[in-house]
Amino acid sequence: MQHTHISAKQGLFDLKLRELWQYRDLVWLFTRRSFIVTYTQTILGPLWLIINPLLTGITYVVLFGNIAKLSTDGVPQLLFYLSGHAIWSFFSGCVVKNASTFADNAYLFGKVYFPRLVIPVSNVLGNAILFLIQMLLVFALLLWYSFQGLVHPLWSIWILLPFLLLLLGVMGMGTGLIISSLTTKYRDLRVLLDFGMTLWMYATPVVYPLSAVDASLRRYILINPVSPVIELFRHILFGVGDVSSASLAYSFFFTVAAALAGIVIFNHVERTFMDTV
Amino acid sequence: MDEQNLSLRLRGVKKQYRLGLINHQTLQQDLQSWWARRRGRDDPNQRIGTSTDQAGQFFWALDGVDLDIHRGERIGIIGANGAGKSTLLKIICRITAPTEGEIDIWGRVSSMLEVGTGFHREMTGRENIYMNGAILGMSRSEIDACLEDIIDFSELREFIDTPVKRYSSGMFVKLAFSVAAHLQSEIMIMDEVLAVGDMAFQQKCLARMRRAADEENRTVLYVSHNMSTIRQLCDRCIVLDRGRVIFDGDTERAIAAYLDHSLGEHETDMDLNLKSHSRRAVDTGVLMTRLTLTDKITAVYEKGEALRMRLVLRTTKPAPPLLFRLTLRSEADVGLATAWSPAIETDGVGEQIVCLSLPLDNIAKGNFYAGLGVYRSDELGRRIPLDYIRHAFKFEVCGLPIWNTEAHGYMALPPMEAAPAER
Repeated sequence: MQHTHISAKQGLFDLKLRELWQYRDLVWLFTRRSFIVTYTQTILGPLWLIINPLLTGITYVVLFGNIAKLSTDGVPQLLFYLSGHAIWSFFSGCVVKNASTFADNAYLFGKVYFPRLVIPVSNVLGNAILFLIQMLLVFALLLWYSFQGLVHPLWSIWILLPFLLLLLGVMGMGTGLIISSLTTKYRDLRVLLDFGMTLWMYATPVVYPLSAVDASLRRYILINPVSPVIELFRHILFGVGDVSSASLAYSFFFTVAAALAGIVIFNHVERTFMDTV
Repeated sequence: MDEQNLSLRLRGVKKQYRLGLINHQTLQQDLQSWWARRRGRDDPNQRIGTSTDQAGQFFWALDGVDLDIHRGERIGIIGANGAGKSTLLKIICRITAPTEGEIDIWGRVSSMLEVGTGFHREMTGRENIYMNGAILGMSRSEIDACLEDIIDFSELREFIDTPVKRYSSGMFVKLAFSVAAHLQSEIMIMDEVLAVGDMAFQQKCLARMRRAADEENRTVLYVSHNMSTIRQLCDRCIVLDRGRVIFDGDTERAIAAYLDHSLGEHETDMDLNLKSHSRRAVDTGVLMTRLTLTDKITAVYEKGEALRMRLVLRTTKPAPPLLFRLTLRSEADVGLATAWSPAIETDGVGEQIVCLSLPLDNIAKGNFYAGLGVYRSDELGRRIPLDYIRHAFKFEVCGLPIWNTEAHGYMALPPMEAAPAER
């Protein structure tokens, strides 16, 4: 029979990952629930998952491509912006959704126990599904353009895509969890979050390629741990972009640090969170 | 005791909460307070009426609880509001962590602190069963295995694929309880869930709980203020008072211990601040603070005497005309009768003293608990509680020696009329 020991003292690095695995069905159910809840009683239903990014992509083409005339490294504009938007919304979705973990689920956390990490993990999973749906669109365009010889995907390293996704998801989750733990104490940080994420997007080569950035500014863009991952993503997809293994290693270590810090703080806050709301 | 048979073991479990302001909600206020303290000024965010020394004080919601609970036991937990019942359950369910102490749990715990946790209005009954089951710790295959039983138990087969937003609240509860009742957990925890739902379903649930304990050897922990369901379900009771276990054992004796403890025996001058006021009447601006049984040394009355009381109220805002209620309950905590006063005016804010008098002509004999309440009436003439104490004091009426409460009851009704029938 299962034996549980609860003690006032808890190890700092007890991440409870084994318990999380036992609750894997719940992760999936939470993910499913968020889709059902979002798309019941809408006319177009899941079609929004395609329409939304398409409209955003077209807006970007007009705004950044035609008016601001930003470079796209020779990649067709719609494809460039759609893929950039897809990967960025995956990352920012992971951050924003997890940043409100406690606020969104207070009613559940106050009533019943389950490993709280289920929620962040299911948030990442949900965002990954959204990303994959958007990628169908990107993939269709990519095939079309590569037949025409306008882009040259590096098919042989597409195997890296899942790892890239995992890296970005975990980085987003870690960052989001740190923020969520802070927002239980200071709610005004949530107001800053939307603004902060917009700013972060412009500090990331999403609507422009890294190659278009001045060599003097590039240093600063690369302090941002998301930048190398996005460049790698573009490199895999279109065969363009600057990727150095040093900057990727930096992203990797940032991810590990953010995830560890996020989970440790989260587990700590979770133990007594219900006493403070 | 044989450890194999243990289901729960608590050792020195304590839980501390902080009184007063825990922290400000925004960073700006925190900085403001910090700045004011630095300059030696008053904190601008201090709640009015609290002193700086009080904020930051701690109190123990649980103050060293030791318990051994064995498999198959049906445990009732009783105690006044604030005694620590819910805190105890929350710690066992791992909703919050203890401040001190160790807890060992053998088996899975399923809690029903509130039914229907995780239910989403947009999802169908069936989808919610899976969701709810998974939240409570079941795997998909376990739910698959008992899905049919759950649907049958809930009596909602025809509505099972309807979104639960179209359910009535009764249906909602039935579905939720059915999921919880079929959980494959070794320890079931319930906090007054049975207060809802119709009587027949309530009885069905109690029976299900009993069976879970008796036949499937599961442990049931049940918190309630409803002594009759405690009596029906539990074979052992724990009485909590201010975070400590003051009684642990037989249910009937526990209920008596709880009632006697919360009321000093036959007291005549009572500080009502120490009694448990009912929860829904919080911060209405009216609070009963002191009660004196006029001209009495012990609360023992002769039949035909009047129960005369002097009640002190504290009003923090101008109060509407007040009505007073007195409810008699038997020693077994069964409601017997209620008397109402007409509405009386009070003046202003502060201490109010009211004299109440109830003739005891119809009370034949026995020991009684008296519940005392202050009400106002709304535009439609309904009575709205402002403050209520379910067990305010205990008193005895010495009736005729030949009156036997077992046989005759507690009340003497007005004499019947009898006359020879006209032919």
